[in-house]
Amino acid sequence: MTVSRRPFVKRLMLHVALLPFLIFALFPFYHMTLTSLKQDRELYDRYAVPLVITQGPTLEHYAKLLWDTEFLTWTKNSLMVAFLATGISVVVGTIAAYALARLKFFGVASLGTGIFVTYLVPTSLLFLPLAQVVQWLGLSDSKWALVLTYPTFLVPFCTWLLIGYFRTVPKEVEECALVDGATRIQALWRIVLPMAVPGLVCAALFAFTLSWNEFIYALTFTSSSEQITASVGVTTELIRGDIYFWGSLMAGAVLGSVPIVILYVFFLDYYVSGLTAGALK
Amino acid sequence: MAVRADDLPVPRGRPRLAGRVREWLDHESILGPVFVTPALLLLVLLVAYPFVMALYFSMSNAFIGRPSRWVGLHNFIALWDSDVFRQTFQNAFVFTSIAVAFKVVLGIILALLLNEQLWFKRMIRGAVLLPWVIPTALSTLGWWWMFNSLYSVVNWTGIALGIVDPPGPNWLGQRYYAMSAVIAVNVWRGLPFFAITILAGLVAIPKELYEAAEADGAGANARFWHVTLPLLRPVLAVVVLFSTIFTFGDFNIVYILTHGGPINATHLFATLSRQVGIDTGRIGEGAAISLYLFPLLVFVVWAQLRFVRKQVY
Repeated sequence: MTVSRRPFVKRLMLHVALLPFLIFALFPFYHMTLTSLKQDRELYDRYAVPLVITQGPTLEHYAKLLWDTEFLTWTKNSLMVAFLATGISVVVGTIAAYALARLKFFGVASLGTGIFVTYLVPTSLLFLPLAQVVQWLGLSDSKWALVLTYPTFLVPFCTWLLIGYFRTVPKEVEECALVDGATRIQALWRIVLPMAVPGLVCAALFAFTLSWNEFIYALTFTSSSEQITASVGVTTELIRGDIYFWGSLMAGAVLGSVPIVILYVFFLDYYVSGLTAGALK
Repeated sequence: MAVRADDLPVPRGRPRLAGRVREWLDHESILGPVFVTPALLLLVLLVAYPFVMALYFSMSNAFIGRPSRWVGLHNFIALWDSDVFRQTFQNAFVFTSIAVAFKVVLGIILALLLNEQLWFKRMIRGAVLLPWVIPTALSTLGWWWMFNSLYSVVNWTGIALGIVDPPGPNWLGQRYYAMSAVIAVNVWRGLPFFAITILAGLVAIPKELYEAAEADGAGANARFWHVTLPLLRPVLAVVVLFSTIFTFGDFNIVYILTHGGPINATHLFATLSRQVGIDTGRIGEGAAISLYLFPLLVFVVWAQLRFVRKQVY
């Protein structure tokens, strides 16, 4: 009872209790950014305090990353792969989800289960044989291999997410349109899709994020500097032998995360709802 | 005549054909299969077929650029003679069970905190979710630097706070420390998924239940154990099953942080399978290693379908 009489103190204690979680979540990003802005002199001084910049910030690591490495090419590749894979997956996922959520046809139930099962298959189970498939298709060491293979985990995700959204669109609205003489496709295009826009945005955001973040396929299917994505470029090309350029490495990690952070800041609520919908619906 | 017979019906026939196609597509039994065909083709050609290939590879002595021969279950059995594989098998279970346990406990605590009245609710949620959206490969590089043997900020902070004796552990160079580091990064990256999903489960619990429990004299503890936890069970089951399979199959964190070392102390199936299958070219053996993920996958799928999603399909 004493607690409820002092809601301010209670609330303050809550925030204090949250502090360790926030530090745990955010400190790595803080430290990464800090390292990327430090001069080498301070960076490799074992007696300097690592938590702040004392000898002035510098952009030399960023300059080195942008002008002396192929970082911009890797980013361009990442963008191309992520946009195309997202586009394909959202379209394929949308029509599949509509069929599974709304239409009655032979095998609909087992198909829904099948798509759910592939949604659970980790990419690390299939990368070896997929590397062979990619080779047979003549796509070894090509970013097109990624455009082709990313939908294998994006389509099940988008389909599963959108089935949930389509089910929330009332059947009656669609039936009205059908009675008025619209075809199924018109009803989907003019009635159901506009009502499921939040779901489509969510699916596209997640597909883009998952493609941007994908690592094992990109690492296995591509290797030359003109074809690799940002994550692979930063983790493989910036590390040469035993000499690490920590400043540029951290600059690469920061810049490689920027597109996702921008999306994240603008669409935070979609990320929250998509995360729970993907697991719970 | 022949020319006209071939030519004429086409312009007249085309709209009729288009009309007939449109009519067909209005039948659910036709539109349904048409709509799922692209997804189905993709999944058959690029998931089911590679899976069958993985099975074939794992039962052959396939080696890059050499014809392969059928060897039956030899690879699966011979792996048990290898110290590296036995170590990896053990690592996978240690890594998964400890990481998932931490994520469940911390996830429940964090979700309970986030469910209270907070001043900067949206901003705090955003901060908590951040590790989950940033590319794992890149954020793990940050952790790699934090665990660096000479410049570890973790050790520096520990020494400054007086918890760690200088010079502090060589995180990635000693086996138990390396395993702890890999688990810590996995927990860091997976905690948001647990917290946010459990939070959604918490929000769905009707307030009346708490009021009723309070009226019956239940304290905060009793309410947690007898109301919150039992009602969270379905949500917890989903997140644990999900997380188990993806933690078990983890690749990025170990690959970047330790490459499986020191002396294979942190290898998981995915990283070992890549090392054997790609780096040394023994595809057959590599495929067999990654297929050890399969029994767990089957169990998770079965449990999900049996207990969690039975109401949907």
